[in-house]
Amino acid sequence: MKAASFDYIRAKSIDEVCLVLNQGDGEAQIIAGGQTLIPLMAMRMSRPQTLVDINDIEELRGIECAEKVATIKAGTRQADVLSSIEIRNYLPILSEALEHVGHTQTRNRGTIGGSLVAADPSSEICLIAQLLDATMIAKSTAGTRSIPAKQFFESAMVTSLKGGECLMEIEFPIWDQKHTGFGFHETSIRDSDYALAAASAQIVIGGGNKCERVHLAVGGATPSPLRLNEVETALVGTVLHDSVIDDAVSLIPRLLEPQSDVHASAEYRRRVTCVLAARAIRDARNRAQGKFS
Amino acid sequence: MSKNSVHITVNGTAYKREIEPRLTLVDFLRDELDLTGTHVGCEHGVCGACSVIMDGRPVRSCLIYAVMADGHDFVTVEGLGSKDGSLSPIQDAFWENHAMQCGYCTPGMLIACHHLLEENPDPTEEEIREAIGGNLCRCTGYQQIVEAVKIAARKIQGVNL
Repeated sequence: MKAASFDYIRAKSIDEVCLVLNQGDGEAQIIAGGQTLIPLMAMRMSRPQTLVDINDIEELRGIECAEKVATIKAGTRQADVLSSIEIRNYLPILSEALEHVGHTQTRNRGTIGGSLVAADPSSEICLIAQLLDATMIAKSTAGTRSIPAKQFFESAMVTSLKGGECLMEIEFPIWDQKHTGFGFHETSIRDSDYALAAASAQIVIGGGNKCERVHLAVGGATPSPLRLNEVETALVGTVLHDSVIDDAVSLIPRLLEPQSDVHASAEYRRRVTCVLAARAIRDARNRAQGKFS
Repeated sequence: MSKNSVHITVNGTAYKREIEPRLTLVDFLRDELDLTGTHVGCEHGVCGACSVIMDGRPVRSCLIYAVMADGHDFVTVEGLGSKDGSLSPIQDAFWENHAMQCGYCTPGMLIACHHLLEENPDPTEEEIREAIGGNLCRCTGYQQIVEAVKIAARKIQGVNL
C-alpha cells in the first residue's frame, strides 16, 4: 500500500499554512503527526495533491494552564500532553484518556489537533473535547474563528472545519471546584486499540453529598462523541447511589444508534456503553468524594 | 511529481538523497539506504514491525514520509549493537532466550524494548507488556519476549552496580 503522488511543502508559520490552503483550492491538506492521515493515504482513501507539513511550526506547540482554561496548541504531541504535570493536575481526565490513545510509537508523533480534525468515532481525545465543551480555534486567510465542540463534530471523520482553515489551538475548560471527580472507561479488542465503546464523566459533588454538576459523554458506539444531557439531568441533584446511576444509564440505549461491524454488533455496543457509562459515573463520584482507590 | 532533498542521520551516519515525497521512511531506510533490518509489515501503523527511534523516541517508520524526516536523527535496529558486531543487552537477551519464532516482528520489538529499558531500567511485567502493546507477534511468542526484557533489565542493572 503506497500513497499516490503529492507535492510537499514544509511550512514555517500558521500564516503560510493558511495561504497554501487558500491557494490549494481544497486539494491541499495539512499533515501534522500523520498517524491517521498516512494510513488513509496508503489505502488511497485520501489523495491530497499537496501536503503542508506543520511539524516545524513552533507557534503550534505548547500547553498553557490558566485559572479556568487549559490551552493546548494543536500541534502538541499526544505523548507531551500525556507526560505534562500541568495537564495531570488541571485536566486529569485528558491524561487518563490519553493513556488509551494508540501506542507509545503513535503518541510520539500523533498530535492533539490531528486527532480532533480526523474525528475518528473511537477517538478518546474527541470524546474529552465533547465532554468538557472544548473550544477549537481555527485560522484561515479570512481570519480566526472559535468553534464549540458541539458544533465541531459533524459525523464520522467529518468536522465543521472549512477547507482553508488550520486548527491552531484547543481550549479545555478547567473545573476548579474542590470536589470534582472524573471517570473514563473504554472497551477494545486489545489494549490501546480502537474503542468499540467508550464513556467519560466529570462530576462535582456539593452540599449534602449531592451531585451539583455532571457532564457525561460516550464515543466509539456513535459516529461522533455524544453528550448525554438527558442522563445528566437524571443525575443532577441526587446523591448518586449506585441504584440512581443504574436507573440513569438505562436511558442510554434509546439515545444511541450504533453501527454493527466485524468487531461488534450494534446491540453489543449499546449494552456495553451503558455499563461503561455507569462505571465512569461511579469513578467520577468516588474521586469527587475522595474515595477513589 | 517533484523530488525533494532529504538529509538525515541514521545510526550516526549522515545521508543525503533526492526522493519522491510519497516514499515512507521505512521504504527509504530499506531501499535507499540498504538498511534492511527494519521490517515492513502492515504499512498502515498497526503491527509495529517498522519501529525506529526518532530523536530519542520510538515511532513507526511506515507512518512518516521520509521527506518529513529531513533534519532528524534516527536509530534503527542496526544501531543497537556495537560496531564490532557484539549485541546490546536486549539483543543478547532475545538471543539467549529465543525471544522470537519467525523473527519478523523482532526489529520492532527490539526497538520498543530497548527504549523501554532506557526510560525504565527496572520495568514491571505490566510495564513491559504496555511497552510492546503496539507491536504484534503473529507467532504469539510474547512470553519469551517479556522474559528476555526482564533478563536484560537484570543484566543492565548488574553492569551499572
